[in-house]
Amino acid sequence: MRYMDDSVVMKRMTKRITFNKVWKTLFFLATTFALVMLAILLYRIVTQGIDYLNFDFLTNFASRFADKAGIKAALVGSLWLMGVVAPVSIILGVGTAIYLEEYAKKNRLNDFIRMNISNLAGVPSIVFGLLGLTIFVRMMELGKSILAAGFTMSLLILPVIIVAAQEAIRAVPSEQREASYGMGATKWQTILRVVLPAAIPGILTGSILALSRAIGETAPLVVIGIPVILQFLPDNLLSQFTALPMQIYDWAKRPQEAFQYVAAAGILVLMTVLLLMNSIAIFIRNKFQKRY
Amino acid sequence: MKKWKYLTMTAVMGSALMLGACGSDNSTQNGNNTETNAPASSGQDAADEKLQGSVAGDGSSTVAPIIEAVVEEYAGAQPDVKVSVGVSGTGGGFEKFIAGETDFSNASRYIKDEEKAKLEEAGIAFTELALAYDGLSVVVNPENDWAKDLTVEQLKQIWIEDGKEKKWSDIDPSWPAEKIVFYSPGTDSGTYDYFDEVILDGADLVSSATLSEDDNMLVQGVAGDKNAIGFFGYAYYLENKDKLNIVKVNGVEPTNETIETGKYSPLSRPLFTYVKNSAIKDNAAAYDFVKFTLENSGDMAEAVGYVRLPEEKYAEGLKTLEGLK
Repeated sequence: MRYMDDSVVMKRMTKRITFNKVWKTLFFLATTFALVMLAILLYRIVTQGIDYLNFDFLTNFASRFADKAGIKAALVGSLWLMGVVAPVSIILGVGTAIYLEEYAKKNRLNDFIRMNISNLAGVPSIVFGLLGLTIFVRMMELGKSILAAGFTMSLLILPVIIVAAQEAIRAVPSEQREASYGMGATKWQTILRVVLPAAIPGILTGSILALSRAIGETAPLVVIGIPVILQFLPDNLLSQFTALPMQIYDWAKRPQEAFQYVAAAGILVLMTVLLLMNSIAIFIRNKFQKRY
Repeated sequence: MKKWKYLTMTAVMGSALMLGACGSDNSTQNGNNTETNAPASSGQDAADEKLQGSVAGDGSSTVAPIIEAVVEEYAGAQPDVKVSVGVSGTGGGFEKFIAGETDFSNASRYIKDEEKAKLEEAGIAFTELALAYDGLSVVVNPENDWAKDLTVEQLKQIWIEDGKEKKWSDIDPSWPAEKIVFYSPGTDSGTYDYFDEVILDGADLVSSATLSEDDNMLVQGVAGDKNAIGFFGYAYYLENKDKLNIVKVNGVEPTNETIETGKYSPLSRPLFTYVKNSAIKDNAAAYDFVKFTLENSGDMAEAVGYVRLPEEKYAEGLKTLEGLK
């Protein structure tokens, strides 16, 4: 038996160890890069916007005076918008996912549908804006209303919700379904009482993350032509309204420097709403997630 | 355990329904609000005529600051009239005006013939009302010590697309042989159209120009590059005087006075709103809002960095408006 030549091994070892270290550092840097960028962004926005962020900012309408400008109309408008987007997109999305996972047979047509839902998820948001403008605003004559914008945004996030719900439903073990059938339950009873309860955490997490994308999306609203200058709150689904990202964009374009800070304050409000929604998603995931 | 699942299930379904219901909930609440407001306002009805209704507009981002100020003031005078104005640019605004979606359309240039033709086709009669003056300002970097006064001819030479790379020395041999960097408002803006028409006679603007709908981007671009040149509305120059050098055009610098008297020619331009005649006739709120706009846009224009029209122009506009009613 030949003994190992320590010196040869060590010679190769150092090389391998350094090689390993280099990659480890690279991957670590890649991870921190995103974090550092986020930190810089947050620092910049907070230092710029914090002075303008107070209670008045939340309760005032927009104004030509930077220190009187408020975000009320946009904040309320965005909440109304979510009031349309959430039910429409979740009901349609979860419905589609249930059909595709539980009812649809595995054939060419259904494969085609599945593939195209994934394709739809990759369509740029501005294209959905054009679709919304043509169909909801002009053909269905909904005008530049909450309903028209809400439908457009729902279409935008629908694929994301469908895919998330499909994954969640697929993760429910088939033994559970079989047990349910074995007890004499119908398909609908099984879906309602076994599959959906088990899939809820995944569905909700996906849906909330999709909704937070919708609340920050600007391009479709710009294309639809949502107004930014208004001094009233919407009072029904066909009202004119404005939304947070539109208002922020409008402020950022102003010549007066003070409005750049007002815009930063607006971004803080938008980010707070986003963080709230995301933490609800994380909370639901941690609280109800079960592994089989 | 099962109970939990049930609970979460019902929570989801419930929240979906709730959110849906939330909409109607709010609406009834708000509906109540307006109802509680309504008697109060109808009580004053005889005194200062509280109106109700809605008015929609869209258009130029250059005119937007004036309109925002007017809308803000108007909300104090007529709180129940819902005025909403979009900022899609002059061209984008006209597109919506043609589609019949708006009652008025703000513009930082005259309406184009093709837009007129489309409005005619759509059966929309309109009236042009001037609101204020703007001096389209040509600016360079503060370190630029050569281009202080340009003639219209030189401006044309600088901005026209001729297929060649342009250096400052091409315009005047005594200037540095450095590449010119261009910043211009985007093609949807009336500012672009106006400059293109007045300076370039409609010829193509140099294709290497950086176009942006956000004028602050142009300010930053010119402020950051010694060889840059750009143009935009007077208000943006006023707010960034310390970062930019203004260029005299044919020896005249844009100031409130030279813009108002028209001495700053050809770049001093009127800002307009185009109103739909039928809206003025049929919608008391629209008439009232436009009237309020004409009465106040002089003050508001000055407040946000533009130049007021001579008083008789506003009087003329009001007279035209009366005629439409």
